[in-house]
Amino acid sequence: MPLEVQRINEGTVIDHIAAGAGTRVLQILSSSYPLNGMAALIINAPSKKFGRKDIVKIEGVFIDEKIANRIALIAPEASVNIIKGGKVVDKHHVEMPTSLSALVKCPNPKCITNFERAPTTFIHEGKYLRCRHCERVFKPDELA
Amino acid sequence: MRDLISIRDLSKKDVESFLSEAAKMEKLIGTPKSELLKGKVVANMFFEPSTRTNMSFQAASKRLGAKIMTFYPNTSSVAKGETLADTVRMIDGYADALVIRHPLEGSVRFAADLADNPVINAGDGGNQHPTQTLIDLYSIKKLKGKISGLKVTLLGDLKHARAMRSLLYGLGMFGAEVTLVSPTSLRMEEDIIRETKEKFGTSVTQTSEISLKGCDVLYVCRIQKERFSDQYEAEKIQKEFRVDLDLVKFAPKDLAILHPLPKVDEIPPEVDHDPRAKYFEQAKNGVPVRMAVLYKCIKG
Repeated sequence: MPLEVQRINEGTVIDHIAAGAGTRVLQILSSSYPLNGMAALIINAPSKKFGRKDIVKIEGVFIDEKIANRIALIAPEASVNIIKGGKVVDKHHVEMPTSLSALVKCPNPKCITNFERAPTTFIHEGKYLRCRHCERVFKPDELA
Repeated sequence: MRDLISIRDLSKKDVESFLSEAAKMEKLIGTPKSELLKGKVVANMFFEPSTRTNMSFQAASKRLGAKIMTFYPNTSSVAKGETLADTVRMIDGYADALVIRHPLEGSVRFAADLADNPVINAGDGGNQHPTQTLIDLYSIKKLKGKISGLKVTLLGDLKHARAMRSLLYGLGMFGAEVTLVSPTSLRMEEDIIRETKEKFGTSVTQTSEISLKGCDVLYVCRIQKERFSDQYEAEKIQKEFRVDLDLVKFAPKDLAILHPLPKVDEIPPEVDHDPRAKYFEQAKNGVPVRMAVLYKCIKG
């Protein structure tokens, strides 16, 4: 019997999250917005595209571009559905930006950005992101 | 050119321009014409120990006729907890250029973002040491007449030596063929090898066996024993990766042996007398190259 999760009227549904990454997407959301409404994390849902996928539904929150970019680091295939009045009013895929500024910490413990008030910037290089300061390269999910 | 932060910021044309300027500076040393920065003030800010880089920047500034201010972190407000940002902003108001060595990676780019005057990286943690790379390329070109097509072996602790990371990139840029020789545990990080291969199509071979057959340049660096928790293991590795007379005896006659210095046990003193040992000449090249860097950064 298929699992049923209640629909939301006002909020965001993030679909097509690679199976296993949903928990981290929810962590990003809960650290970025006050989650006062209902939130649901569905893991290992069947997917034609991925075989298995995770889905996050949050009520009362409309995610902005900055947070969508951060989600793209760990779920590059995710799609964001904005729900208003029970209907999808906007649907788009998250996009990895060419550079990320002041969004995430540099994982290099010796990077100056972890010691002084220096906003981090990561520049996209193929599959990797390079810290503008310490010049170390990271896989996207290492930054999320 | 305003700042010199990383070799990765430079094009081949930029590097060639530094090298040709250094050749001009070498000819000017000791002549009144060398005082091209008369009236300027250079601040040397070394937050970590240095002999060659600090001294050669001082010598370069003086040869160019500039005044030099030396900053000592232990007796400055840094010891009271002043941030790097505040220190840089303040000294930027006193000098026409800032030469900075700092243990944190990315610190010099951070300083350059804050300063109005040119900032030169004299080593930022394990990241970059661009003026050393320019000295290495200048030395190789001077000794061999070219860099392209040379077979260059980099030997030693390739994991921790920032000079080797920058050098691999510079050698790749100029079309050298590179062999990396190190213990498996001290191999160079993959990111810089991948980048050099992808950007320049460089041939890079990794091995733990030392073979100098057909080698044009052997570039040795120190095994950084202080990074080992097991000193016995460090000593063992040091012995295996030693460039002694027995090894040099069978090396090509026209080999050039380079080292960024300081050298400790990896090259015993008896090798210093071999005509192929060029590391003191390489260190001497630090002055004209750093003169070129100061001149181009300050005068544009």
